[in-house]
Amino acid sequence: MSAILPPSERLWIKHPIDRVEGTWIVIALTWCLIMFFMMVGWHIWGNQNLSTETYRTTPERFQEKAQEMVDKWTVRTETAENIPVVAPPPGADIYQIARLWNFWPILELEKGKTYRLHLTSLDYNHGFSLQPANINIQMVPGFEHVVTVTPNQSGQYSIVCNEFCGIGHHTMVGRLYVK
Amino acid sequence: MSVATTYRTCPRSGLQFENQAEWLMKANAFVAVVWLLFGGILAIGIVLTRWPAVHLLEADTFYMWLTAHGIDMLIFWIIFFEVAVLYFASSTLLRCRIATPKIAWLAFVLMIVGSVMNNVAVFQGASSVMMTSYVPMMAEQHFYLGIILFAVGALIACFVFFGTLVVAKKEKTYEGSIPLVTFGAMTAAIIAVFTLLSGAIILIPAWLMSLGVLENVDPLIYRTVWWALGHSSQQINVAAHISIWYLVAAVAFGAKPMSERVSRTAFLLYILFLQLASAHHLLADPGLSTGWKVINTSYFMYFAVLASMLHGLTIPGAMEVAQRQKGYTKGLFEWLRKAPWGNPTFSGVFISIIGFGFLGGISGVMMGTEQLNMIIHNTIYVPGHFHATVVIGTTLTFMALTYYLIPVLFKREMIAPTMAKWQPYVFGLSMYAFTLVMMGAGTLGVSRRHWDMAFEGHALAYEWPGAAYLMMGLVGITGLAAIVGGIMFVYITVGSLLWGKKLDTGNVSAKFTPVSRAAPSAAAQSYGSMGFAAPGTFVLAMVFLIAFVLYYFINWKYLSTLWGLS
Repeated sequence: MSAILPPSERLWIKHPIDRVEGTWIVIALTWCLIMFFMMVGWHIWGNQNLSTETYRTTPERFQEKAQEMVDKWTVRTETAENIPVVAPPPGADIYQIARLWNFWPILELEKGKTYRLHLTSLDYNHGFSLQPANINIQMVPGFEHVVTVTPNQSGQYSIVCNEFCGIGHHTMVGRLYVK
Repeated sequence: MSVATTYRTCPRSGLQFENQAEWLMKANAFVAVVWLLFGGILAIGIVLTRWPAVHLLEADTFYMWLTAHGIDMLIFWIIFFEVAVLYFASSTLLRCRIATPKIAWLAFVLMIVGSVMNNVAVFQGASSVMMTSYVPMMAEQHFYLGIILFAVGALIACFVFFGTLVVAKKEKTYEGSIPLVTFGAMTAAIIAVFTLLSGAIILIPAWLMSLGVLENVDPLIYRTVWWALGHSSQQINVAAHISIWYLVAAVAFGAKPMSERVSRTAFLLYILFLQLASAHHLLADPGLSTGWKVINTSYFMYFAVLASMLHGLTIPGAMEVAQRQKGYTKGLFEWLRKAPWGNPTFSGVFISIIGFGFLGGISGVMMGTEQLNMIIHNTIYVPGHFHATVVIGTTLTFMALTYYLIPVLFKREMIAPTMAKWQPYVFGLSMYAFTLVMMGAGTLGVSRRHWDMAFEGHALAYEWPGAAYLMMGLVGITGLAAIVGGIMFVYITVGSLLWGKKLDTGNVSAKFTPVSRAAPSAAAQSYGSMGFAAPGTFVLAMVFLIAFVLYYFINWKYLSTLWGLS
């Protein structure tokens, strides 16, 4: 029962290793290194990497920029709350606000075109969970996160808040269109 | 130096318990089970609410219970039990008196006061902020103060453990190095010190903010430091329950570690790299650089994953070597077929090892891969993963150890032995299913911590695919099955303490008997001297590796179909 007794040999560091263990160490270490370089490699060859472009911001500053976008490119409004649907030109800087408890505005993008999507929260932490694509990004208040997105499928998407943000959390859902 | 105390030698196990340490272990283990019971009751409401067809609790009650369930299970149940394990691994295994018993009792009282205070805050209703309590969302001040007091108590307990190691060394109760199990427990304690200090560093400002003393705590800094508490505290569990796996292999089979060098080096890798994993929760965050994310999330090139893969081989491997020496040498797996499957201490640990590796380990690496995290972050896949690590890994292991401790430490015969025989299967296997369906729902994007996946009455409601509803229904059913397993455990343990036949105490003496060293290791004297000592385990390990590799690349394939993101 030597796992609960002091080892017989004085220096455990000199204990021999069995062949089963030696073989497994080599295999496991190889796999670990493959996984590590897979992550690094995807930054070079892959197309899905989360941007790290971030600025500090304030609710006022961010709202101002979002409002500017809405004023320029709104094409219609939806729901009883008249949420603007904004169709910005490809390549544009676009803004998505999260706040207690809604997403604003509704963006309408074009398939295969690239946009600079600015995300922030005006109050608590929120989650940007784009469904059914299943892309999930944290929205932290005070930080403007710029993600470059290229939608590859047209249709109606929902943005579900998946960071708990208080009693209205489960009513926080927005929309996004890709044409 | 001699201190007036007594030492009891257990006639059933040969272990020697010092009087003060014995009471401390009993008290901490008992309070732990009370928290498990309470957290388990809350779990009933939570799974019945997330089962869409039942949707039992109101939203505010659901979020309140979920907050309490997370903290009570992840922090209070587990850390109380871990303190008992630390005292066991030091005082009992080294056969020495516990250092500063009065201070150890002070730690116990602080932990009780803190945990109760925190729960009072939650159930007063204005602190439903989830375990993570991300600022600027604020709980009431005693929510934070409770956790801080608890953390201080737990920190003191860690230092009592270190002090006990010093006492043992000084009073020469053992020769040579400390046993492997104690070494593993020491790893857990070192990680615990780091973890609890991180908790204090960030929860004290949050507490001051709730009092109005501080105006603002940066939300991103809070998240970064909080996870050094939140994730690393689960690494205490890993180190603790792996130590117990070695312990159970030793007591159930008389198994020796295949190589002390490999096992101890693996524990050292935990100390060096495991804490980096707090980055797992920050991969979808703004403001952190890619380099920081990649290095930290991979524990610097996955060295802590390597350590877990080593333990995952050496523990069953040690069991195999011991069984083969007893003559179970037929084929690859006779040693496993002839294992004591009816002994809940063994079956619990074995179900734990397999589930922790296949379900918890593999899913953890997926979530911890920087890019793959985007398809998993904050979905119900995350609780699926950590129920596999913390419930199947830690809780089930602690349950298995408790079955061993009832006669040895509590001196009671276990009531309902047949029920005990089945309990690890009912609890463990339904937990397997529970975590799988949670991860299934998470793969479809279903959010965690969400009261209403139907978005009832909302103009922009999102309609989840039917499969997601099916999975969440199964979450309800399998969750209830696991709760039945939990009730069986509490019934057996509490029942045994209340009504179990009293067993004899054994010899009590005023002096300790020093521990002798292990007999020279028969497993391997030089490299390859045993041939290929554990071929069955090696085959199991290769099955694990294949599952790991396949699932890993399936996820990359899934990721590659997503929108372009850069």
